Amino acid sequence: MKTQPRRALLRLGQVRIGLVGVAIVSLVILLALLGPWLHSYNPLGQDLHARLKPPVWHSEADPKHLLGTDQLGRDTLSRLIYGSRISLTVGVLAMSFSALLGIVLGILAGFYRGSIDSIISNMVNVMMSFPYILLAISMMAAAGPGFQNLLTVLILTGWPVYTRLVRAEIIEVKERGFVSAAHALGCRNSRVILKHLLPNIAGSLIVLATFEIPRMIIRESFLSFLGLGIQPPMASWGGMLAEGRSYMLHMWWLAAIPGSAIFLTTLGVNLTGDGLRDWMDPRTRT
Amino acid sequence: MFSKWHSDIRCVARRASRLSLSARDHSYTICHERRSARVTRRNVSVDSPADRFATRPPITTPRGKAEKGSSVRSYVLRRLLQALIVIWGISLITFSLLHMFRDPALILLPPEATQEHVEAFRREMGLDRPLVVQYAKFLGGMLCGDFGRSFVASRPALDLIAERMPMTLLLAASGLGFAVLVSIPLGVVAAVRRNRLSDHAASVFAVLGQAMPLFWLEIMLIIIFAVWMRWLPASGSGSLAHLVLPASGIAVSLVPVLMRLTRSRMIEILSEDYIRTARAKGLRASVVLFKHALRNALIPVVTILGFQFGMLLGGAVITETIFAWPGVASLVLESIFNSDFPVVQAAVAIFALMIVMANLATDVVAAWLDPKVRLG
Repeated sequence: MKTQPRRALLRLGQVRIGLVGVAIVSLVILLALLGPWLHSYNPLGQDLHARLKPPVWHSEADPKHLLGTDQLGRDTLSRLIYGSRISLTVGVLAMSFSALLGIVLGILAGFYRGSIDSIISNMVNVMMSFPYILLAISMMAAAGPGFQNLLTVLILTGWPVYTRLVRAEIIEVKERGFVSAAHALGCRNSRVILKHLLPNIAGSLIVLATFEIPRMIIRESFLSFLGLGIQPPMASWGGMLAEGRSYMLHMWWLAAIPGSAIFLTTLGVNLTGDGLRDWMDPRTRT
Repeated sequence: MFSKWHSDIRCVARRASRLSLSARDHSYTICHERRSARVTRRNVSVDSPADRFATRPPITTPRGKAEKGSSVRSYVLRRLLQALIVIWGISLITFSLLHMFRDPALILLPPEATQEHVEAFRREMGLDRPLVVQYAKFLGGMLCGDFGRSFVASRPALDLIAERMPMTLLLAASGLGFAVLVSIPLGVVAAVRRNRLSDHAASVFAVLGQAMPLFWLEIMLIIIFAVWMRWLPASGSGSLAHLVLPASGIAVSLVPVLMRLTRSRMIEILSEDYIRTARAKGLRASVVLFKHALRNALIPVVTILGFQFGMLLGGAVITETIFAWPGVASLVLESIFNSDFPVVQAAVAIFALMIVMANLATDVVAAWLDPKVRLG
């Protein structure tokens, strides 16, 4: 009986963990949107008199710069805020476009089968044979750095997961009675796909798409970290992490702060995705 | 010893396929038991979309079709043909890397090259010829293991990669070994002590581990263990101590998937009839757990390990760049910054080929282990 309250607490945690994720994500989005009004430093404004100031918990901190400044005297907090705008934009845009591409290909493969299916399936298999990050790195090297190229590369390498999921689910759902019924009633293929098939696979698609956002954010920041993505002086989390790495020996926070921002954001979205999945899965609904 | 173990598995697997005749009501009991146990997604994680992504088995023709009057040999042959198609696709993508986005001469030459320089270079490299001709030349070279010469080292690109590959494989293997040593015991403990504190702790660890970007985790490892504690070197290679941090980084990226899979398989198997029989015979709990349950639970784990090979290599790529580990990925980055594209192409193609081979081998081993495929 002693374990009863603890179990109740743990169960509460299971149910509420998704809400924690939603809270973290909302906080990050709010900061990205309202940041410039809350903290009005120019993220590109250099101040060579205030270089490498430590963050607020340090005894030598400058109260004007809550999270300190970098090697050029730029305010870390405002760079973090501008970096969050880039990361969130890239994450959401890359996720949406690769989802669109992947879903269309998945429907073509799963609904029409035949030769178009074998072409698309083989394309998926080929794409999945590359270590993702190595392919993205070499594509960025070929395309050259920059926001647009980064987005293109993330989309070109991100679609196969959707195609595989949609294809598998469509093949499964297609065999069910209501689809044959729709066909028998004279529905066009487009109507069957849009009205009968897509709504049935929407749940798992939404969950997958949610999990893809943090993956895209991590990929974006890693490519920027390597100097292949967003270019300085534009503030990006990966770029800040790369700059902070040179000062790791004495000023660890320069690397730890942008990295923690990436971690917190991806954790938030992942928890949201976990919550969504549990919420949508009838097996776990009580 | 292996053959005994193998015949053990075959026995159990045959039994299991006989048992699956009553699969309907059986799966109901499992479902019901799952719901009542209030286990959320971790039990069903194998069917959930996110884990489908994580485990990335290749799309193959449905097993059901293959079984009709066919044997392992025809399955393997079909799988081989599929691998050949994929290898052809890999050559196509590796080739088009250089042509997809912009003029290859601009990628390969330093930005200050003059117009005459560019023209001469195009003629010399054959870049002025039709794409089909260029591709045929590339494919022919690739089939003979010739990816062109490195501009910087003026040696075959393949040689450079072959030199660095042992370091990458060492890193990947130690990361994998570390991950297996941690995740399988954790998975077993979580399964046995289901819904207890240790199970929840393990799942929290899995959630955190999956959300953590590998490159950030590794930088934090450096800050904590190399800068603060001064226990281990921050980067480079040469001694066993240099291997510890990079290998643990890779391990953390693999542990969540392996641990969850071990846990869910163990939970499934521990509710099987033959486990109850083994217990009823009066066998010791440890014998039942390790000899009867764990060995069978590990079959899909081994399969997943094969499919995770790509993820493992990807992890090695990230890790090498963080720890300045002198493997293939560091070579790729150096080559990128030197515009030495043949080396980049060769590395991409070789890694992809290795993954195709690993997937093929995994499929063949799985077919061999699984009587449903093997016995036809």
